[in-house]
Amino acid sequence: MEKIIETQNLTKSFKDFKAVDNLSFAINKGDIYGFLGQNGAGKSTTMRMLLGLIFPDSGKILINGKEFSNKDRSLLKNIGAIIERPDMYGYLSGWDNLKIFATLRNKNIPNTRLYEVLELVGLKGREKDKVKAYSQGMKQRLGLAIALIHQPDILILDEPTNGLDPQGIADMRTLIISLNKDHNKTIIISSHLLYEIEQMATRMLIIHKGKKVVDGATIELLNPDETLVEVKIEPDKNWDTLFADSVWQQKLNHIDTQSAVLKMNPATTPELNNWLVKNGIRVLEIKSKHSLEDYFISLTNDTVTKN
Amino acid sequence: MIQLLKIELYKIFKRPRTYISFGLITAITFLIQLAMLTDGKGFLGFVMQGINEQFDIQGHILNGYLVTYIILQSLLVQIPLLVALVAGDALAGEANLGTLRLLLTMPISRAKIVLMKFLSSFIYTVLLILWLALVALFLSLLLFGTGDMVNMKSDAFIMILKDDIMWRYFMAFAFAVLAMTTIASLSLFLSAFADNSIGPIMATMGVVVVLTILSNLEIPLFNIIRPYLFTTHMVGWKGFFDDPVPFAAIGRSALVMAFYTIGFLTATIVYFNKKDIKS
Repeated sequence: MEKIIETQNLTKSFKDFKAVDNLSFAINKGDIYGFLGQNGAGKSTTMRMLLGLIFPDSGKILINGKEFSNKDRSLLKNIGAIIERPDMYGYLSGWDNLKIFATLRNKNIPNTRLYEVLELVGLKGREKDKVKAYSQGMKQRLGLAIALIHQPDILILDEPTNGLDPQGIADMRTLIISLNKDHNKTIIISSHLLYEIEQMATRMLIIHKGKKVVDGATIELLNPDETLVEVKIEPDKNWDTLFADSVWQQKLNHIDTQSAVLKMNPATTPELNNWLVKNGIRVLEIKSKHSLEDYFISLTNDTVTKN
Repeated sequence: MIQLLKIELYKIFKRPRTYISFGLITAITFLIQLAMLTDGKGFLGFVMQGINEQFDIQGHILNGYLVTYIILQSLLVQIPLLVALVAGDALAGEANLGTLRLLLTMPISRAKIVLMKFLSSFIYTVLLILWLALVALFLSLLLFGTGDMVNMKSDAFIMILKDDIMWRYFMAFAFAVLAMTTIASLSLFLSAFADNSIGPIMATMGVVVVLTILSNLEIPLFNIIRPYLFTTHMVGWKGFFDDPVPFAAIGRSALVMAFYTIGFLTATIVYFNKKDIKS
């Protein structure tokens, strides 16, 4: 699969608070990539780094294989985004807002394209109204129209259903799936709600306290026959390299200095334990989570503490 | 670049608050003109009572040129505030609206965005001063007519012949544009640090008021720093109404303000280029 966005060991701190910690992931062309984590997990910071709004302390961002930096912002030409609330110039009309950002993207975008995206997001007929008179749902739709105006291949949508009513959420979800399926957009979408991501994402990443917890195909991660098994150990210098070339390597989702998370059949937990002990690892705890949802809820409740 | 500038100007002039500045200038100017129309002679008699004891000044003294000079002196504090209203809002206002993060996801360098914000603030400043020239000078000439101008200073009075005045006003307004551009660059710089526009507008006025006090306090301690404060040089436009005109001193003042403007603009670009957008 062609990697369209990749991060390598992305790290960002705000004073003493580590918002994103050594985060690596890859997004393939055609994915709806769900970015899941509780509020403050580091989703928005990561998305802002992908868009050059926040600068990483260390690590790399690759867009279409090229390293992205503030010095060369041309890589953003192929990306459209909504970051948190789709705030606009309230004193201007929807059309004016759309026209401004269309011109900033490319002065040659014709008005027919503006009408096209207004039609697509269901705002045609309301474009002459002042944005301050728009409902939250209409603002979200206009934000999406702005993100789509230059026909980008990649859409980055940070909590795009925030503030929407149930019908608005359903409409937005349908629109996002259609943009992926019918318009071939690669979409990165964040949410703190698992069921929302579950309904749209083809692949997903869960982050907690800025660190990757698990990532993979949604269908596999939510497979009821497999659960997440968390292993906690006493510090061991061979821990990092132990899994390489073992049968457990494929099941490994995340490894930390004193813990690991594996996606596996819970019936094989005793074999995992035997293998670890045989390799001289002193196991403190092996805990099987019932499902990804349970695991995510436990993260949300902060009962699982990494490190 | 031109497209970006056009968009910035469109945003400025579509906001109703932009026209408050033009309305305020019109109102203040009109009030002074009205006061001069009703009681100008009494005011002039009071101001010139010392001079009249020693000199016999004849002619149409209460003319449009003198009234314009009085208006300009009265607006010394207000105009920087009106400039700060727009320049202080340039970046902080976008952060407050939430549009800054959308703007910065465009494939445009941050330096270009700051430069265009500065240029649009500059154009607004030029239009504001042109408007001031129009309502203060031309309306005063219309209401009070022309005549020789008496420039009353604390230690002297200067009589300028009416045929020798207009070019001085053109130069004074041009100088005012430069002085107010310095204020705009200071406001823009402060705007880069804030997430709402009240802070930079108030901070600009605070800086201007404090430095103006330092520029005018006759205390030896401040003599050393006074020549380096831009507020000391902002009143350089008055030099065009001296005889002879101190071109060298005015030129030095212009250079100091240009230096400050470039300094503030460079500092804004450097800081804004590294700023994390969290709003």
